[in-house]
Amino acid sequence: MDVVAKAWTWLATGSHWAGPDGVWHRLGQHLFLTFVCLAISCAVALPIAVALGHIGKGGALAVNISNAGRAVPTFAVLVLLLLSPLGTHGQWPTIIALVLFAIPPLLTNAYVGVHEADREVVEAARGMGMTGGQLIRRVELPLAFPLIMTGVRTAAVQVVATATLAALPGGGGLGRIITAGFRLTDTPQVVAGAVLVAALALVVEGVFVLLGLVLDPMRRRTGRRSTAARRPPADQAPASPALTT
Amino acid sequence: MADGNCLISNEWICGEYVRTRGQELTDATLEHVGITLASVAIGLLVAFPLALLARRWRAVAGPVLGLTTILYTVPSLAMFSLLLPVFGVSAAVVITGLVLYSLTILVRNIMAGLASVPEEAREAARGMGYGPLRLLFGVELPLALPALMAGLRITTVSTVSLTTVGAIIGYGGLGNLIYEGMRSFFKAEVLTASVLCVALAVVADLLLLGLQRLLTPWARKSRKGTT
Repeated sequence: MDVVAKAWTWLATGSHWAGPDGVWHRLGQHLFLTFVCLAISCAVALPIAVALGHIGKGGALAVNISNAGRAVPTFAVLVLLLLSPLGTHGQWPTIIALVLFAIPPLLTNAYVGVHEADREVVEAARGMGMTGGQLIRRVELPLAFPLIMTGVRTAAVQVVATATLAALPGGGGLGRIITAGFRLTDTPQVVAGAVLVAALALVVEGVFVLLGLVLDPMRRRTGRRSTAARRPPADQAPASPALTT
Repeated sequence: MADGNCLISNEWICGEYVRTRGQELTDATLEHVGITLASVAIGLLVAFPLALLARRWRAVAGPVLGLTTILYTVPSLAMFSLLLPVFGVSAAVVITGLVLYSLTILVRNIMAGLASVPEEAREAARGMGYGPLRLLFGVELPLALPALMAGLRITTVSTVSLTTVGAIIGYGGLGNLIYEGMRSFFKAEVLTASVLCVALAVVADLLLLGLQRLLTPWARKSRKGTT
């Protein structure tokens, strides 16, 4: 595998990391884009999902949205937005496309998490005279936390991965290293860019797995296993091995 | 408006485009269907033994599930690029990438399906003198079908939409048209190819649902938690 060695050489060359086309700049663009899109999609999807889960309505909606999300190619949506009047507004087509695709996992997981929070606990909390707001804050959200985190992690990894496609119409991010490599028929650069993107996606996945473990409001309780072992809906990217073993 | 003018004025919806480029659209759709079918079929052939191995030896289960999860995390553009040196510019790159993606859900769902087979059914079959193979194909697999089919539907729909990214190396089925249309700002081409792609995913999903109904007349609805 001569190409691998050459890709490694490409990565080890300092000049490839500096400047406006350099790795650092592209990585910065990629992370910025990811952060903005994830923030917007969480702000949109999570409140809606929690509210729907709390009142127990809209389950079919959550499932259908996640199904539709899988059937529609991101690449197609990106190009459609690009050719629409929005296309002249710089990053907006990319941001909107990424947000649209981050919403389904967030929505479905958060809805299922809140809706399937242990009914007996919820009933007990009601019996103690908790209001709806208290119930959400003190009971449903802590119980739903692992699934909500699964949704956020899935969405984050998906946005990192999909942000790569932003390079196809000439946007920023790490994908540019790959597409530039294709244009120059420089296979080592293509492979180097792909390694960088794949590594970033794995790092983001790992960071969110750790965050989920650290932030889990129930982590010091016993009896955690039963909820942790509950599978997320299999139509999401599966829970990481760290959570299932 | 006159039909001939929509090509000139670059409308989103253009009957003239479909009429004049029908052959191109058909070829792209066939390529798309071919890539999807090959990927899902190979994915099933690989996932089934993997799931059996993981079920048989717990030690295998961890690495198999871990590895397929990691593969799922690799962005599609990167996956196809990484496979490029292995296969050169060919459809094999796209198909291999899609097979690797399909393993995640297929292996998990096959395992979940086999795990959901009631122990009593196994015991009864063994008591009737079924050997391990006959047990697997005669009893366990049919009972695991709902979960397996659910996984297959998810995989197929995802594969149809991921195929479009293969356009980066010119083997993306309808994605090629989207890519071309992007470069030439040809709205009708992009919209038509995108709509066809979604329609393909929906049709595939419905066909598989029909197949599932046919194969499992005893299961009125797929069990919760595996879909």
